[in-house]
Amino acid sequence: MDEPIISIRDLTVSYGGRRVLNGVSLDIHRGEVIALLGASGSGKSTMLRHIIGLAKPDSGTIHIQGVDINQCSTRELMAIRRDLGVAFQGSALFSSMSVEENIRLPLRELTTLSDPVIEIMTFIKLASVGLSEAGKLMPPELSGGMKKRAAVARATALDPEVLIFDEPSAGLDPIVAAELDELILFLKRAFQMTVVIVTHEMASAFRVADRLAMLHMGSLIAVESKETFAASTDRRIRQFLDRKPQRITESESVKRRLRELISMTGATL
Amino acid sequence: MSVLGSIGAGVIGRLAYVGGLTNQFFQGISALPRVLPFVGKHGRWQAAIRQMYAIGVAALPMIAVVAACAGFILAIQSAYALSRFGAVQLVIYIVVVAFTKELGPVLTATVASGRSGSAFSAEIGTMVVTEEIDALRTMAIDPIELVLAPKYFAAMIVIPCLTVISSFVGIAAGAVFMFLKARMSFSMYFQYAMQAMSLHDVFAGLIKSLVFGTIIVHVGCIEGFRVAGGPEAVGNSATSAVVKSTILVIFADFVITTVFYMLGVD
Repeated sequence: MDEPIISIRDLTVSYGGRRVLNGVSLDIHRGEVIALLGASGSGKSTMLRHIIGLAKPDSGTIHIQGVDINQCSTRELMAIRRDLGVAFQGSALFSSMSVEENIRLPLRELTTLSDPVIEIMTFIKLASVGLSEAGKLMPPELSGGMKKRAAVARATALDPEVLIFDEPSAGLDPIVAAELDELILFLKRAFQMTVVIVTHEMASAFRVADRLAMLHMGSLIAVESKETFAASTDRRIRQFLDRKPQRITESESVKRRLRELISMTGATL
Repeated sequence: MSVLGSIGAGVIGRLAYVGGLTNQFFQGISALPRVLPFVGKHGRWQAAIRQMYAIGVAALPMIAVVAACAGFILAIQSAYALSRFGAVQLVIYIVVVAFTKELGPVLTATVASGRSGSAFSAEIGTMVVTEEIDALRTMAIDPIELVLAPKYFAAMIVIPCLTVISSFVGIAAGAVFMFLKARMSFSMYFQYAMQAMSLHDVFAGLIKSLVFGTIIVHVGCIEGFRVAGGPEAVGNSATSAVVKSTILVIFADFVITTVFYMLGVD
């Protein structure tokens, strides 16, 4: 198999003494769509922030196209980031700019293309996400789905090697969410992009992903094909797939705290 | 946490803040040439022009009112004291020197800190909360260059201009007082004012205004960049920006005035 485009080894992250990621290792291969699954608080977004170099881990390495993003120079990191397109959960469109200005921004800032070429590129990117008529609108004038698509258009403006989505379906109705899934598949087919999707929407993950990786309490407990993942007998994966609620009073942390409180009062169980 | 631990954490936190501010200052300085017209990057100069309007033109009425009131009050209070010695004419000297060296720069900085420092912090803080700053970083675009540099460039031009206007309005308010009090004509007042004014004082005031402008922009921006959390954190950062920049402006004024005095420039 070819060298992975993203290689994560023993990634460990703590916030305020609390371990958020616990020695996570994962290889992401060129041209695949991988969905990073997990319950809220499982460490998905933290892992994403580290993959895109917005935070430094306690230990472990992340190689993107063979470069360790935590050891490389700022110039190298900038070059790597040019090959990453990120569509944030809240779209992160610049509210002071129109949709087309949002897409023009990376083209103006990071390329030497002439203005007419930038105009054409902007139109192509908008058309590829079905927003060719919405270029003049300001972000607050867009619906939730349009914002997500505009964010995708901006993320793909520089034709990145890797496209990263943070919760693409969050807050969208099922029809718009399905349209976004189609868009992700289209981008993969049309541009052979590697796509990393952070989500907890199972239907969306099964629809678009080639492989599924599951984080549970900061540890990666599975990296499987869709079929193997769906057939898993692991209790934690089954709970996620079968939408079984966690009984809060049965969780270890609640039991532990309860025991502490009782011991403080001097009573016995 | 132990008392020693709390003190240590507090000291480390403050040192980290100063370090961050220093780092941001040098990054801001190095990004300034890219805001210049013709040779700078696309759109930066236009952004700086918009900031000049926001920091300067929009603040003009407020600064004029504050300076006029302060000039008139200063004239009244000094006349009250000086009239006992029959030296009311010295009011002109006091108003001119106070405004060119101290009140012009400090009043302008206080108004700019309240208006623009808080606005910078709220704007950038909102961008942090909505992940716009993260989006810039992931696009390999430096937020210092795109967001801070036009503000800094604009402040370096308009804050000295506002200081000159503020000083002029304050001195003019003294003229109104002298006309009402001693029927001194405006032309005579300004003749005396020009005699009282020295180029040294004007330069000292302008140097202070540049330092104050730097403080307001960088404190406002760093407070925005350090926002973590939701809308409440944005509000807190705006308050913090005003408080910290005002204190730093007064402290910087103290340091500059002392240094000038020691060097015999004053």
